[in-house]
Amino acid sequence: MDTTVSTGTEESVWGGGNRPLGASYGKMMMWFFIMSDALTFSGFLVAYGFSRFKFIEQWPIADEVFTHFPFLHGVEAPMYYVAFMTFILIMSSVTMVLAVDAGHKMKQKSVVLYMFLTIIGGAIFVGSQAWEWATFIKGDYGALETKSGRILQFVNAETGKRAALADFAKTLPEERVKHEASEGIWFQSEGYKTSYSLNEVVEGFKATPNILIRTEILNEKGEKTLLDRKESLSTILNAQQVVEGANLIHNEYGHRLFADFFFFITGFHGFHVFSGVVINIIIFFNVILGTYERRGHYEMVEKVGLYWHFVDLVWVFVFTFFYLV
Amino acid sequence: MAHEHKLEIFRGLVKFKSNTQKIWGVLIFLSIVTAIEVALGIVKPEFLTDNYFLGMKLLNWIFIILTLVKAYYIAWDFMHLRDEKTSLRRVIVWTPVFLICYLIFILLFEADYIHNVFTEGFITWDF
Repeated sequence: MDTTVSTGTEESVWGGGNRPLGASYGKMMMWFFIMSDALTFSGFLVAYGFSRFKFIEQWPIADEVFTHFPFLHGVEAPMYYVAFMTFILIMSSVTMVLAVDAGHKMKQKSVVLYMFLTIIGGAIFVGSQAWEWATFIKGDYGALETKSGRILQFVNAETGKRAALADFAKTLPEERVKHEASEGIWFQSEGYKTSYSLNEVVEGFKATPNILIRTEILNEKGEKTLLDRKESLSTILNAQQVVEGANLIHNEYGHRLFADFFFFITGFHGFHVFSGVVINIIIFFNVILGTYERRGHYEMVEKVGLYWHFVDLVWVFVFTFFYLV
Repeated sequence: MAHEHKLEIFRGLVKFKSNTQKIWGVLIFLSIVTAIEVALGIVKPEFLTDNYFLGMKLLNWIFIILTLVKAYYIAWDFMHLRDEKTSLRRVIVWTPVFLICYLIFILLFEADYIHNVFTEGFITWDF
């Protein structure tokens, strides 16, 4: 606005003095960027919806996937950690608005304090995201994968709770030949090593009568189908390999697309949070140096604020469509 | 720059004395909504999971509506769209809303069609 060149024709409608949207150039460009980014994220989320509707009967239940809370090992805590992360992000959004508000009042010291708190909040969120990824990648109980890529999980028939592979797998005196590029097809590598071989899991399963198989298919109640012992014994013969944890190709929690979308969407969002923190740090130092005090206004804080709130806004949707619905 | 703030939320039902107060008020509201979402997600009341509206569980409808409510207050109060000109607000809100609705409509219908092909076709996908 300060850069408007005076030509003496501002009074007339077409003279260039009009400001129909009432926003400065920088702010408007930030809004346009946010709009295009919003469309990118909705593209991802709708693609998630597409895959989910396609495999609606075998999609994993998020409550059963994200059950961990840091330092509470073995306690079933579905959702609580994600809810905590959501709260942290909303909280850092609030400190960001307070920084913008203090900027309007030209209070440099308050802006510094609130920007600092915002950066801390963002850092906690990114850290939590990393922990969530690590837990997801590491896996929980372990499962078997069939030839068609379906996942077979195990349940203890007496307690009704999930059974880990370690609970029943046998340890057999097997020799494992490591696949090396020099001895096989040169472009194939071994992939990851599981703690039990397929044979050990199958033999252990046959020897333990109280273990049942749970398939991916959801029943009318929205729960995974539990096979009886006889069906389990015949189904286990379809298994092709042991899966522990999740990556882009195999996913012990259920459909592999679930893991792909999880990594892609939360990863893309986490990347946004990370860049938001970096931009916030730059602006934070500018505020300390008094750049905006000299400029006479804190509009730059407002602009990064818009970006930061947008990241929060996206998380609200990711939270709903990934963890709740 | 002019910094007049509109200090009412819920269509004037709640009025705040200062912008700072409004921010905390909105935070409390957003926290309550999130708490309700998480509580519903954990409890999953049966009358909400057993009843369907337009092919989707009532519970999921509630989640989506609450999400849109949260999104509204984040955009209106934290991104201060409430204080912007109506024209800017419309440009920013309605363009993506239109495009996203179109995208949702077209992709979810297509997905449902593919799902039907998978279930009704003669090829087994589970072996």
